[in-house]
Amino acid sequence: MAMKELYARLKALYPLGELTDQRRDLAFVTLPAAHLRDTILHLRDKEGFTHLVLLTAVDWLEEGQFQLTYLLNNRQRACDLGLRVMISRDAATMEGIHDIWPTAATYQRELREMFGIDFPGSPRIEEEFILEGWNDIPPYRRDFDTLKYAQEAYAERPGRVTHDPETHMRLQMYPGQHPAGK
Amino acid sequence: MMTKPELMKRMVKGPDGLEFEVDPLRDYYCEAPPTVMPGAYIQIVEDFFNWARSQSLWILGFGTGCGAIEMRPLMTPRFDAYRFGVAWRPTPRQANLFIISGYLSTKTLKRAIRAYEQMQNPKYVIGLGSCTINGGMYWDSYNTIKKLDEYLPVDLYIAGCMPRPEALLAGFEEMKKIIRAGKAEGANQYAENFAWYKANQKRVIHDWDMPDYNW
Repeated sequence: MAMKELYARLKALYPLGELTDQRRDLAFVTLPAAHLRDTILHLRDKEGFTHLVLLTAVDWLEEGQFQLTYLLNNRQRACDLGLRVMISRDAATMEGIHDIWPTAATYQRELREMFGIDFPGSPRIEEEFILEGWNDIPPYRRDFDTLKYAQEAYAERPGRVTHDPETHMRLQMYPGQHPAGK
Repeated sequence: MMTKPELMKRMVKGPDGLEFEVDPLRDYYCEAPPTVMPGAYIQIVEDFFNWARSQSLWILGFGTGCGAIEMRPLMTPRFDAYRFGVAWRPTPRQANLFIISGYLSTKTLKRAIRAYEQMQNPKYVIGLGSCTINGGMYWDSYNTIKKLDEYLPVDLYIAGCMPRPEALLAGFEEMKKIIRAGKAEGANQYAENFAWYKANQKRVIHDWDMPDYNW
């Protein structure tokens, strides 16, 4: 398969982790942060992965790590390759790729605001991206308690009730029946 | 708080070469807080005014959330709100009815407050959808408000997620009844409790970079 061949070619050059073959046209591979730039440049210039689809992060709180996913697209072959990089969660910093794809600067600004991952030297990285006057830890970090923040920050109208849809509809439609009669 | 460069006091060179000082917050805005607008000298005249006001609801075309989608069919022949004397306007100065259409993030709230304050008296606010009433599906969100009447004086809520255009038409009729009954006193409430509203607004808008009253 094309992805396996590509992986074999890359593996000879860079210390890659295992290949996760998601679909015929989508695969993920983990690699050390130090080799990301070389791998991306190689993929862009030699393998035809000319387009950055997205750059996003996952917070692995328990492992104390952030996972950055760089999803690259090869238009010629209509396939995507995701590069996964694990970085430390405390004082999270990563080298930017805005010089390879200028669009990455926007993703990097977003990641800095929502996850607190710094990309030194990225254009306008210090500026606020979506939030205005945010004064807590970055909201997409998993140790940020969204509900608690919402309850403390925003006034609530008393009397709000939440129903489990299934139980509620069962009681509405079959009033005599026991709600847990599944 | 006021750290934005465009809001700083500075020297500006005009096209004629003259230099002059500009203090945007003082020069571009009215500093006086809003005042309560007294009714007409005699009740029957006030009633007549209110009848006339109820016949011209001019909506500010500012869609804050997904509810704005429900307003689009009202502007087109299928539901045609214009036959009820309801029209949409592009700027706050030309409108007297502000429909908060759905959730308000704190960032949008800032713009909504500015737009509301720029509208001319008498002015009315309708909260559209569950989000404006108790947060709706955004009840646990980190950046949306959950109770609109803490921040702006609301005359009428239309419940639903989302309410259909028919519900909005019913809401307009209800709004007219409220205006005709002389009970749409939102702008006066806002002026009377100005400090309370401002305190609530500033509690959630952390980078307050505008004057206290945006007229």
